[in-house]
Amino acid sequence: MTPVVEIEHLSKSYQRGGQVVPVLQDITLTLQIGDFVALMGPSGSGKSTLLNLIAGIDAPDSGLLRVAGVDITLFSESELAQWRAEHVGFIFQFYNLMPVLTAFENVELPLTLTHLSRRQRREHARLALDLVSLSDRADHYPSQLSGGQQQRVAIARALVTDPTIIVADEPTGDLDRVSAREVLDLLESLNDSLHKTIIMVTHDQAAAECAHIVRHLEKGVLTDKIEYPRERARA
Amino acid sequence: MIYLFRLIARNTLRHPLRTLLTVLGIVVAITAFGLLRTTVDAWYAGAEASSASRLIVRNKNSLTFPLPLHYGAKIRSIEGVGSVSAAQWFAGIYIDKKNFFPQFAVDPRTYFALYPEFVIPPEQMKAFLLDRRGAIAGRKIVEKFGWKVGDQIPLIGTIYPGTWSFVLRGVYTGANSKTDETQFFLHWDNLNETLKKIAPDSANQVGIFLVGLKNAREAPLVAQRIDAQFRNSRAETLTETEKAFQLSFVAMTEAILLVIQAVSFLVIAIIMAVMANTMAMTARERRREYATLKALGFPIRFIAALIIGESLFITCAAGALGAWLIYPAAAFVGRKYGTIFPIFNVSDNTVVMALLATLLVGLVAAAGPALQASTVKVSEGFRAVG
Repeated sequence: MTPVVEIEHLSKSYQRGGQVVPVLQDITLTLQIGDFVALMGPSGSGKSTLLNLIAGIDAPDSGLLRVAGVDITLFSESELAQWRAEHVGFIFQFYNLMPVLTAFENVELPLTLTHLSRRQRREHARLALDLVSLSDRADHYPSQLSGGQQQRVAIARALVTDPTIIVADEPTGDLDRVSAREVLDLLESLNDSLHKTIIMVTHDQAAAECAHIVRHLEKGVLTDKIEYPRERARA
Repeated sequence: MIYLFRLIARNTLRHPLRTLLTVLGIVVAITAFGLLRTTVDAWYAGAEASSASRLIVRNKNSLTFPLPLHYGAKIRSIEGVGSVSAAQWFAGIYIDKKNFFPQFAVDPRTYFALYPEFVIPPEQMKAFLLDRRGAIAGRKIVEKFGWKVGDQIPLIGTIYPGTWSFVLRGVYTGANSKTDETQFFLHWDNLNETLKKIAPDSANQVGIFLVGLKNAREAPLVAQRIDAQFRNSRAETLTETEKAFQLSFVAMTEAILLVIQAVSFLVIAIIMAVMANTMAMTARERRREYATLKALGFPIRFIAALIIGESLFITCAAGALGAWLIYPAAAFVGRKYGTIFPIFNVSDNTVVMALLATLLVGLVAAAGPALQASTVKVSEGFRAVG
């Protein structure tokens, strides 16, 4: 087993109206390559903050945070941006697609930060859209797609750079049951077939059951850990 | 880079009405700025068009006091003086006061030799010289009033009472774009002969003498010599270069000029505020998108370039249109108020200033939003409602 995320004694707090509010306290967590982890907990428990820290869009106050063997807390802002472009795929609750770009252009967008040629970029984007079964919607703008389709485009955008980890913040939070199921099936299949490491924050028990590790957070502290055998999770 | 331009172009057209109204505002502001600057230039046009080789001699007490005619012969004999002519302000009304145009009684033989920029066809000049009731008018007023050579031009005298009738014998055109084509010239002899009969005390006097120098570089020295010649006389003189003479008129209205200049810059400041508001609104609406781009790994400079690029795209397009519109707008004003502003030409300087102002508006308007969007944390950007 190879650890992809190593967190030791990690803490994070925010300043709110002159007061220091602890959000995460002494978190220690290790995730392996190919893990599909669900982070659960009530609102304000710190799960999104933990996700943001792992994804390198926020910095911890103290503790160790290594992703793929690299201590990302040592990076500058610009180094972090470059690291995110290479190693992290993002899936957001509200999809966060660029409304002025087509589905294809949205998927191609992160590739503009790589050294790929235009032809290679287009090939990768086409493949990613194929994976989410939206090739026929490549020229559609986000406003012309349903919520489920938009989230599938966002998933294609997240995986097009072949990132080390995929972070998903409430990926089904804005979807109806059918669309949510489609998105979860897609995430499962990415984990199963492509062995993508997925870290997902969710409130949805059905979504959490797709993961094979569920970690609960309560008031900034990791509590229980539930592990499902992969076969059970898929069942 | 292609994606950056694509995003800028598509973002610009995202709210077509807002963009259109902003563009319209900038176009109007830049055109107004250009017109105001051209108005200021028009004020100085007389001074700009003046010759360095001409001096103006006037009564030291005031321009309203005349000089004796016989001063002319004395001036002619002063060292450094090449030629001398005289002119008298006539101030007649053509039908109505609103039809103002400058009128001068001149000695045509010497006057037009001093002013080669007034180009008169030889046969028309000949006809003018032969007819003491004749007159020469500039192309612009001839076109404005629809005169033809041979027409009778009646002027009601304000300084010299009565109705004076002149026959248009010629039309002059300017040798260059800076030449005033709105003046009207009549024979000083004709005026003087009439004055001898109706107001003998006013006869044999002129408003100003015009001096052609042998060497333009000697202007200060010759001016001193002329004034020295008439020191302690009945009418002391004040001699100055033609440019200084013209600028003395501008100085009388300096306060107005300052106001016009201030308003021209105020227009830019206002449109800067409008544009800044538009860009701030735009950036606020797109905070979540900027946060997403940052999360995906796009550098801060990309976000800043998106905002600055959009601002410059709008302002430069509108500024170029506004700068282009200055020309027809100035041509219209020049036609409509040609007698008030004989020279109403848009200078290259004005257009460059308008374009630079546009650039400045674009940059300043985007600076705040770009800084804010670049520095806001990704997690805060996602919390934004947009």
